[in-house]
Amino acid sequence: MDDVIALLLPLAGATVRVATPLVLAALAGLYSERAGVVDIALEGKMLAGAFFAAAVAFQAGDPWLGLGAGVAAGVALALVHGYACVSHGGNQVVSGMAINILAAGLAPTLAYAWFQLGGQTPLLPNGARLPNVGGANVLVWATAALVPLTAWVLYRTRFGLRLRAVGENPAAVDTAGISVAGLRYRALVITGVLSGAAGAYLSIAHGAGFVRDMTAGKGFLALAALIFGKWRPWPTLAACLLFAFTDAVQVRLQGVELPLVGTVPVQFIQMVPYVLTVLLLAGFVGRAVAPKASGIPFVKEH
Amino acid sequence: MAAVEDSGLAGAPGRAPAWVGLALLPLLNLMLALALSGFVVLAVGESPWAALTVLAWGAFGYPEAVGFTLYYATGFIFTGLAVAMAFHAGLFNIGGEGQAYLGGLGAALVALAMPEGWPWPVAAGLGVAAAALFGGAWAFLPGWLQAKRGSHVVITTIMFNFIASALMTWLLVDVLIKPGQQSPESREFTPNAWMPSMDRALGWVGIEVPASPLNLSFAVALACCALFHGFVWHTRWGYALRVVGQNERAAVYAGISPARAVILAMMLSGALAGLAGVNEVLGVQHRLILNFTGGVGFVGIAVALMGRNHPVGIVLAALLFGALYQGGSELSFEFQTINREMVVVIQGLVILFAGAMENLFRPQVERLFRPKGKGEGGAWMT
Repeated sequence: MDDVIALLLPLAGATVRVATPLVLAALAGLYSERAGVVDIALEGKMLAGAFFAAAVAFQAGDPWLGLGAGVAAGVALALVHGYACVSHGGNQVVSGMAINILAAGLAPTLAYAWFQLGGQTPLLPNGARLPNVGGANVLVWATAALVPLTAWVLYRTRFGLRLRAVGENPAAVDTAGISVAGLRYRALVITGVLSGAAGAYLSIAHGAGFVRDMTAGKGFLALAALIFGKWRPWPTLAACLLFAFTDAVQVRLQGVELPLVGTVPVQFIQMVPYVLTVLLLAGFVGRAVAPKASGIPFVKEH
Repeated sequence: MAAVEDSGLAGAPGRAPAWVGLALLPLLNLMLALALSGFVVLAVGESPWAALTVLAWGAFGYPEAVGFTLYYATGFIFTGLAVAMAFHAGLFNIGGEGQAYLGGLGAALVALAMPEGWPWPVAAGLGVAAAALFGGAWAFLPGWLQAKRGSHVVITTIMFNFIASALMTWLLVDVLIKPGQQSPESREFTPNAWMPSMDRALGWVGIEVPASPLNLSFAVALACCALFHGFVWHTRWGYALRVVGQNERAAVYAGISPARAVILAMMLSGALAGLAGVNEVLGVQHRLILNFTGGVGFVGIAVALMGRNHPVGIVLAALLFGALYQGGSELSFEFQTINREMVVVIQGLVILFAGAMENLFRPQVERLFRPKGKGEGGAWMT
């Protein structure tokens, strides 16, 4: 029994640590996609958030200013997305891809120029990292609180009702005299805040500085979790925990002989979240239906 | 849902002459993207003009540089055509990266199996076929899932990129690795399985050019452009594909099966992306290595958007990006504060302005071209 606990406790800890940025990013995507704006740029916003958080935290020596900078970077990119897709009716997938690529270029370019360390920021001293409270990082607690908060906002507030409505039937919202663009911009700002914070978690809470390709696909994994959670807060949390758990297990299973199957190559465990998401989207395990108006620019009739 | 909602992506004619939508607007957007890139250069403390000079010289200034530029362009032509093929059917294929990766696997398997002494055209031909087959097969599932199960092709192709990456890592680490070697890469192919380099091929007809990674894949890419044009605009299948892309319901009424068109478009798209693997694996590396694709699938998106989904435009856009990539490495040599990722910034800005914000200047530009008399009465437009 003690063996099992000794095995499970670190596993649970690792799961929570890996899940935190995923939950933040997935909730970020939830706001935008429930408002009808497809967001495949979570990855880019996280990367920008991670870089600016680390850069400012290092320069100022203050993690909170760093967090603010990361959040601001996320919001700035989200607003670019909004300008292209909400104001100009541009293609949301193209815009998302552009933001991902832009961030993938901008973060190492600026890091290289500002710090001359080959595309990373200097190692942060402990004082410049977000502190631990009660055995876990403050952002972990904040993230834990965000899930019920999001569920409450989404299902129990006027803003949440309108948000869901604008993602399903923007014309109806418009007829009711509420600005579709205004709602979508507000949703995108929340998306920017949360995805920037997800990036900041990586560089100034979990890690101690920005390194190249720091997000390493976590934004897309969060997107997968959001779909796996069918765009709902609690199931999305469960999906993030599941994906984080496979990640934590994967690290511990390297070269370990399992009963019946022998050693499983880690790459196959790494595939699991993506394969599951594909299967779910195809309706082979449950069915994931996106908000009806997502991806379609809203053109107001006169 | 996966449809490219804005038909303007294909350069829809507005009230202005066609060349405005096809050339002027993309050029304006490109200028804006380059101007903003100039600001990034300023932000890192260098002169944009000096950077542009170095970039242009690095890309075209000496014969070897031209070879490198064309070599980069080769891969971008393949992935640009791939993205464009899917666009014509109203699909957005973000999976070019994974499809190119798998295409390289197909080519490598042929090259590894090639007995010594066989002539190179056999290896090259079979390698090209295998790459197209593997790439197409990797795109088949997302296409099939979109057509039959309604899964969003954007999301599935993203997922398939990650699955491809994990699969290839496993193959290289555990299966194809050269025995007794630490780094995860296959053994080197025998020289008869290499795609001949351009300097060698031109040497056969007595033309001397300096050695560069440019290889005969470039000729394959140009051939694909011609085939692409013939297929999309001069065959029933190409027609069916475009009708489905423009209006799926109209296609059904015309007796066209959207499902078949979608699956076909995705497989052809994947096959074209797979060929980018030939350029890299058979043409340059001569062995299978990790992550040889290096973002070529994503550049294809920018190339297709800039090139207005037309082969001629795609070749020009691929040349532009080839020049940016080659000139970009020159930049990082010349300037202390600039590294290669600067090119990725430009690429992102080009996709943003040429793709997502392509209609930014359209109202103003079309106003310029509107006949004078009607122009004044155009208040309803706003």
